[in-house]
Amino acid sequence: MSEPLHRDKAGATLGMWLFLFTELILFGGLFLLYAVYLARYPHEFAVGGKELNVVFGAVNTIVLLTSSLLAAMAVTAIQRDQKTVSVRLLLGTIGCAMIFMGIKYVEWSAKFGHDIYPGSKRLMAGPPGESVFFSLYYLTTGLHGLHVLIGGTLLGFVAVRVQQGKIDSANYSWLENGALYWHLVDLIWIFIFPLYYLIL
Amino acid sequence: MMPQQPTPSSFWNDTGKTGITAWIFSTDHKRIGLLYFYSVLGFFLIAVVLGLLLRIELMAPGRTIMGAQSYNALFTVHGVIMVFLFIIPGFPGAFGNLVMPIQIGARDVAFPRLNLFSWWLYMLGAGIIITALFTGGGPPDTGWTFYVPFSARTGTNVSLAVFGVFIIGFSSILTGLNFVTTIHRLRAEGMGWTRLPLFVWSLYATAWVQILATPILGITLALVIAERMLGTGLFDSARGGDPLMYQHLFWIYSHPAVYIMILPAMGVISEIIPVFSRKPVFGYKMIAFSSVAIAAAGSLVWGHHMFTSGMSDTAILVFSFLTFVVAIPSAIKVFNWVATLYKGSISLEAPMLFALSFLLLFSIGGLTGLILGAAATDIHVHDTQFVVGHFHYVIFGGSGFAFFGAMHYWLPKFYGRRYAEKPALLAWGLLFTGFNITYFCMMVLGMKGMPRRYYDYLPEFAPLNLASTVGSWLLAIGLVLLLVNLFRGLLWGEPFTGNPWGGATLEWSIATPPPTENFEEEPVVTHGPYDFKGTGIP
Repeated sequence: MSEPLHRDKAGATLGMWLFLFTELILFGGLFLLYAVYLARYPHEFAVGGKELNVVFGAVNTIVLLTSSLLAAMAVTAIQRDQKTVSVRLLLGTIGCAMIFMGIKYVEWSAKFGHDIYPGSKRLMAGPPGESVFFSLYYLTTGLHGLHVLIGGTLLGFVAVRVQQGKIDSANYSWLENGALYWHLVDLIWIFIFPLYYLIL
Repeated sequence: MMPQQPTPSSFWNDTGKTGITAWIFSTDHKRIGLLYFYSVLGFFLIAVVLGLLLRIELMAPGRTIMGAQSYNALFTVHGVIMVFLFIIPGFPGAFGNLVMPIQIGARDVAFPRLNLFSWWLYMLGAGIIITALFTGGGPPDTGWTFYVPFSARTGTNVSLAVFGVFIIGFSSILTGLNFVTTIHRLRAEGMGWTRLPLFVWSLYATAWVQILATPILGITLALVIAERMLGTGLFDSARGGDPLMYQHLFWIYSHPAVYIMILPAMGVISEIIPVFSRKPVFGYKMIAFSSVAIAAAGSLVWGHHMFTSGMSDTAILVFSFLTFVVAIPSAIKVFNWVATLYKGSISLEAPMLFALSFLLLFSIGGLTGLILGAAATDIHVHDTQFVVGHFHYVIFGGSGFAFFGAMHYWLPKFYGRRYAEKPALLAWGLLFTGFNITYFCMMVLGMKGMPRRYYDYLPEFAPLNLASTVGSWLLAIGLVLLLVNLFRGLLWGEPFTGNPWGGATLEWSIATPPPTENFEEEPVVTHGPYDFKGTGIP
């Protein structure tokens, strides 16, 4: 009795999109704070933004865009019943996620090395706006990094199911929704990157 | 709790499994609905006891039964449990799950396993909150609003409690997206949007609020935890942050959350009033669309909680105006309900009495809300007992009474047995009288200037506080009588079969208690939800 009688692909997709909305709004709270504090501390935000490494940010953007492409291709592959191709593409996506997190690790470590983290001596001594900027930076990229981890784990789980043959061209809602989630992770980064690295 | 002799093919007994695992791992919407119902009811009763203790403390000036710190913890925990563990999950989780899929002619919700998962998340969050009360620095003492800077600095166990609320928010989101998908995808043939029962419409509007507003609560609470654990300083004015931003973020969720609490209650009233007036509901479309209008406009009024917090005068005027706008769809509903009663054949049974008292109490709560929504008068009564009285008129007198009404209206359907009528009427009378004494006194006290959340007060406030406390005892006696009578009836009472209330919505067309699959064959809907002639009911 517990299994649904029929599969409703449109329903599953609708539910996933609603969930993605909630994720966007979750980040929306942080973007709202960014907007308010940018208006209040435009100069300090500009100084803070200069501290961030555009190269790291740009490489990570390319890595994530590539990973999103691979995820989309994995969906197309399963629609054509190319199981092995799909699994490989998913592994490629997860590989990109790992590269992203690696670069993030290097980037954060460097910042910590420069005594830039919430409550650090340098930020406590500096102007308040800079402390706000870096707190927001760590929270936003941290929450995004958490989503990269969740998305990567989800895609790993999906890849196993594809390998086991539980996901095929007749029933690939799991894969499609996993890929949708990954696009969301990508999309949010597309906003974070210019807001923190480029426009300031 | 099982009825003694359930009908052979009901959802109570045909799963092949027995014991508690047949419930806590069931994906049947009716079982999940009852899981939610008993969970929220349990937490409701705990919070009622806390509320009674608060009233005893305030019975006389000075220390009565507890110290100031206990008092702070008690009103915080009372609020957190009532808001996050009872009334927000209460309607969608309990009655939404029990009734909504049947009302749209579906055999379950769109995502049954997700539905069970959201109950588990709810219980997990509740467990974390309860743990927070007995560990760390003791129960939180910030008030249920967790305002910074106090919540960022107090030594009590705020982080854990806030994390529990975060988890419950996640559960609420999952219920919301499940319901929206269900209502879009699983309506039976012939169940067009203008044939949806109004309870379903109200749940639909509520579900959107749950989806769109709750994530903001999530990020806000996460920021409080970050403030405490990592020292991010985003709400700390000494480090460039702004505590006012916390209030904005918090109320961006928590004002719409008030509509999560009241909209489904309005849906219940829209079901009960036509059935017990033997008359189609007046202005179906207006009631349906006003639910959506309330959800939309209600998302833009959060600033009215902050008139004295230091916002700009422009912001105050805009938020005040928008607050008045929300009153319009609310009034549309009230007028339509009253018009439904007009020339109806009214039968004053227990569900109807609760619905009628909803009309009165919600109107008082709504109109006193306008006093708070007008910037000038708000300055006078802001943060006084007047606010406490107003809020309880809306949420207890409104949602709470609707919840009791729903219990009397729908639970017999799921148990196949009913309560005794006379004790139910007596319980209603006690509740209604006690309620008005308790909270009307508070509103008067607020007008006279007694602040909310204060441990002690001037002697001149003593008589009304004493009256309010005595009222709370009447309320408690009424509540005990209501529950004893209701559950005695559900377990051992008169059989309840067929369609005794004469409802025209789909849940009254199926067996009592409902079979696991709800409908023997997929229903085809041929008449509207309040088309009593179409059902052949006299």
